[in-house]
Amino acid sequence: MSLISALARLEAVQTGRAQPAATARHRHLSDRPLVLVPLTTAGEAGAPLGALVGTDRDAPRLLVVPQPRDRDLRFAFLAELADVVLPYIDTYAEAAESAERNETDPETGKRVKVEVELCSDAPQLIVPSRAGVDYVRLLGRSMRFRRTAEQEPEAPHPAPPRVPLLGRWLTHYGERARVPGSSLLLALTEVLSRHWATGQSSLEDQHLGALLAWIDPPDGTSGAEAALSAELARDERGQLRCPPAGPATDPAFDNKLLAPAIERYDRARTRLAAAEDGLQADDRLAELTAAEHGIRALVESRTRPTWDAVWRGIDLLRALPEGAHVADRWTRDRWSFTGHRDRVTAGEPPQPRHDDAVTAANKLATREREQARLEAQEALDDPLIMAGRRLAGEAFAGEVIDVVMAYSDSKRPSPRPLVTVRTEDRPHLGERTKVYRQLGGKPQAAEFVRYEGQEGAGALFVLRILDKMGRGKEPEAGSVPEKGDHVCFTLFEHEQRGGAKLPDPEETPWTHGGPPGERTESPLPDPVTEEDAL
Amino acid sequence: MTTTFTGTPDAPGVFDPGAEATRATDAILRDTLHGPERGVVVDSPPGAGKSTLVVRAALELASAGRPLMVIAQTNAQVDDLVLRLAEKDPTLPVGRLHSSDPDPYDKALDDLDNVRTSAKAAELAGLDVVVSTAAKWAHVKVDEPWRHAIVDEAYQMRSDALLAVAGLFERALFVGDPGQLDPFAIVGSEQWAGLSYDPSASAVTTLLAHNPDLPQHRLPVSWRLPASAAPLVSDAFYPYTPFRSGTGPGDRRLDFAVASDGGGPDRVIDEAARSGWGLLELPERHTPRTDPEAVRAVAQVVRRLLDRAGAATSERSPEPVPLTADRIAVGTAHRDQAAAVRAALTDLGVTDVTVDTANRLQGREYDVTVVLHPLSGRPDATAFHLETGRLCVLASRHRHACIVVCRAGVPALLDDHPSTEPVQLGVNVKFPDGWEAHHAVLSQLSEHRVTWRP
Repeated sequence: MSLISALARLEAVQTGRAQPAATARHRHLSDRPLVLVPLTTAGEAGAPLGALVGTDRDAPRLLVVPQPRDRDLRFAFLAELADVVLPYIDTYAEAAESAERNETDPETGKRVKVEVELCSDAPQLIVPSRAGVDYVRLLGRSMRFRRTAEQEPEAPHPAPPRVPLLGRWLTHYGERARVPGSSLLLALTEVLSRHWATGQSSLEDQHLGALLAWIDPPDGTSGAEAALSAELARDERGQLRCPPAGPATDPAFDNKLLAPAIERYDRARTRLAAAEDGLQADDRLAELTAAEHGIRALVESRTRPTWDAVWRGIDLLRALPEGAHVADRWTRDRWSFTGHRDRVTAGEPPQPRHDDAVTAANKLATREREQARLEAQEALDDPLIMAGRRLAGEAFAGEVIDVVMAYSDSKRPSPRPLVTVRTEDRPHLGERTKVYRQLGGKPQAAEFVRYEGQEGAGALFVLRILDKMGRGKEPEAGSVPEKGDHVCFTLFEHEQRGGAKLPDPEETPWTHGGPPGERTESPLPDPVTEEDAL
Repeated sequence: MTTTFTGTPDAPGVFDPGAEATRATDAILRDTLHGPERGVVVDSPPGAGKSTLVVRAALELASAGRPLMVIAQTNAQVDDLVLRLAEKDPTLPVGRLHSSDPDPYDKALDDLDNVRTSAKAAELAGLDVVVSTAAKWAHVKVDEPWRHAIVDEAYQMRSDALLAVAGLFERALFVGDPGQLDPFAIVGSEQWAGLSYDPSASAVTTLLAHNPDLPQHRLPVSWRLPASAAPLVSDAFYPYTPFRSGTGPGDRRLDFAVASDGGGPDRVIDEAARSGWGLLELPERHTPRTDPEAVRAVAQVVRRLLDRAGAATSERSPEPVPLTADRIAVGTAHRDQAAAVRAALTDLGVTDVTVDTANRLQGREYDVTVVLHPLSGRPDATAFHLETGRLCVLASRHRHACIVVCRAGVPALLDDHPSTEPVQLGVNVKFPDGWEAHHAVLSQLSEHRVTWRP
């Protein structure tokens, strides 16, 4: 934990309210996000119990699996989910603009500009918590290798149409969520705790109810009290007043309410199957329907509070102004979305179970680059985050108190002005440490020359400006700080260099096992439970 | 490397470090030059002559008419290798491939007649040996791969970095220290844990997962660590691949001309001079990372080391060598701690002492090291602070003595925080774990404890 976040958490404890950790919103928020609140069944991985899903906060769609162990009912649930999610995705897949992209020409090997389509906006999926993101990934994995009756008429357990496609999209979203700063799939607790520091541990921050209680406690209570009651308060039936955001449910709910309801449903189903005549069947169907409604009501009662909490969290975030670089990162998300849209349209097979060596290395390199980019951009967009970096000695702000013109030693001398900055920050500057500041949206580099002692409460640092001053002998107007200017330099770079190009997967070297070989269209199902293709 | 033969290799019970090391080196060179396998892996404990081996292998390959590329991890390592190569054989044509940044290499290379530097691989074509960093090699394209490569510090190289350069060579000698810090990624990489080519694993892990039959060798003797340190480091960090020190108990000595003033720093310096280890224990307290008292204590120890006119006696020279600032280093876990120590040293008028994090001290060697214990003053013990390699680096940089500055209460802290890292299927569990290694080192250090209330 950085010093500034420790301080913010202490202040939160003292004041009883979460303290701002950012003054801008650093994640993109769609005007029409699709919120998904899934619940899972205890004891079986990837067996959904139900979900609330939709784009309208007042009219979520309730999906329920009355008997989660029944694979047919599970498929019906997934088909319904596909009916909600895929049309939402389709509306964004259709609207595209033209854009340019650098590609390597396969014949000449040169980098050339190619005109391609870029979707004007992308669908955004919001789940309550990190566990929800993992669940989206799990659902994706359980669906994308399924075969529909159309694809494989002979195979047993065919999936409903569009379910494999939903699996591929959820897989893509789950994978994209691992890229730092991406916003295609957001876990609300993560976004909220990026922007507010509470007086509890970061582990406790993963409880959406408790987190919101700290950020926005009900009138007359402190955040600590409200968070405690969100975590522990139970009603007269022993049920949590603020149900966990899922996908896991509270054991007390499972044992006392859900299990009897499912048992009632199972009994009703058996009785219906054993009905001897039409009249009896009608009666027993009514029983079954009533039992199913009972389960639906239970699932809704556990998901609706979370659903409302998610929208409340979105409201809180919307009140913050968007950070300057957020749109830039959202464009990358749009590229990611467009790329997957094109792969689906081109009829490519689903994402493989495991990445090959080259894909894994490329993904890791991308994510490391995005992480560094995110950290730099958040600091540049937000004085409060920059304050944290300054406190950590990774940046400093101050006033220019002297500028002396100087030139480089080369044959054609270029300007290398020496700028003296007075700052009360304590940056970790060493000999020739490079520092950067923003100049017209681009980073300008300087290097640390010497320390010139204290002046009042501030230290004097001499910097040599190195670039962005034009090609002439005299620096361009405005490209060198002037006496009296307030400047902020960072010790970290603002932009990330691209890494080296890795070999193509077919060229994987012997140290990494050689080329991965042919990709099978769909891997074999689990040998024990053949209806599972995980 | 000077060696004295004090026994015959065949005599049971008598360990002859020189002969043991020669035998290991010969076997490595035989496999490298004449073996049928595409790769040879050499594990080297701290200060076991890894660089000497790399230089020797490069010279032998070159003299056999087999040009080679050498891959190191940092520019400092590359420059150091080039300097050593030129020192051993000034006539050998060596290429130093460098980046196009300003000041990409050590200016000392410009004075060497047969070393050519360039940012373009094509300009170095035809030279016997070309040396560069893995990051730079990754941008090089060749029509015909090199027949040979040497990969230095291969345990600190990430698997994805090897993937980027492995197409450049046909066969390679991989040399490194498995006990030092593992490479790391700044983002999570659990999704690939257990895959043989996990991009965040070390290059050697991936190499051996795919080529399990490659010959693996081990250098058995540490020439850096004194007889007082080798058993501890070997037991704590290399329990299954033990090594010995090349020198005996009486071969190294540290003396101070100025007598002790009786203060904590002086007492711990005397203890370390006598036994090779010293623990300066400050009162128990939870502190921020840059604990001002501990940082000041580190600086004071360094100041006193210099003030007391130390002299180091070793097998390197017949006369004692003065203990100067460039022979002392301070090691910390975090960069802000290093910065704080640097500032404290400046306040005491000390400027030329190296202060760095464990990551940056890897591969370096000093007479005396002063270490700020990674767990000092912490309320918790995270995986970062428990990492075996971090402690191993900090405890194995010295030729004479190592002084650790720490707050009391770390053993209790360790007991409160047993390792709880999730176990991943398909990942080899590393032994020893950091928790155990920390306990082993602390129990040894506690015998050299000097308690002090600054």
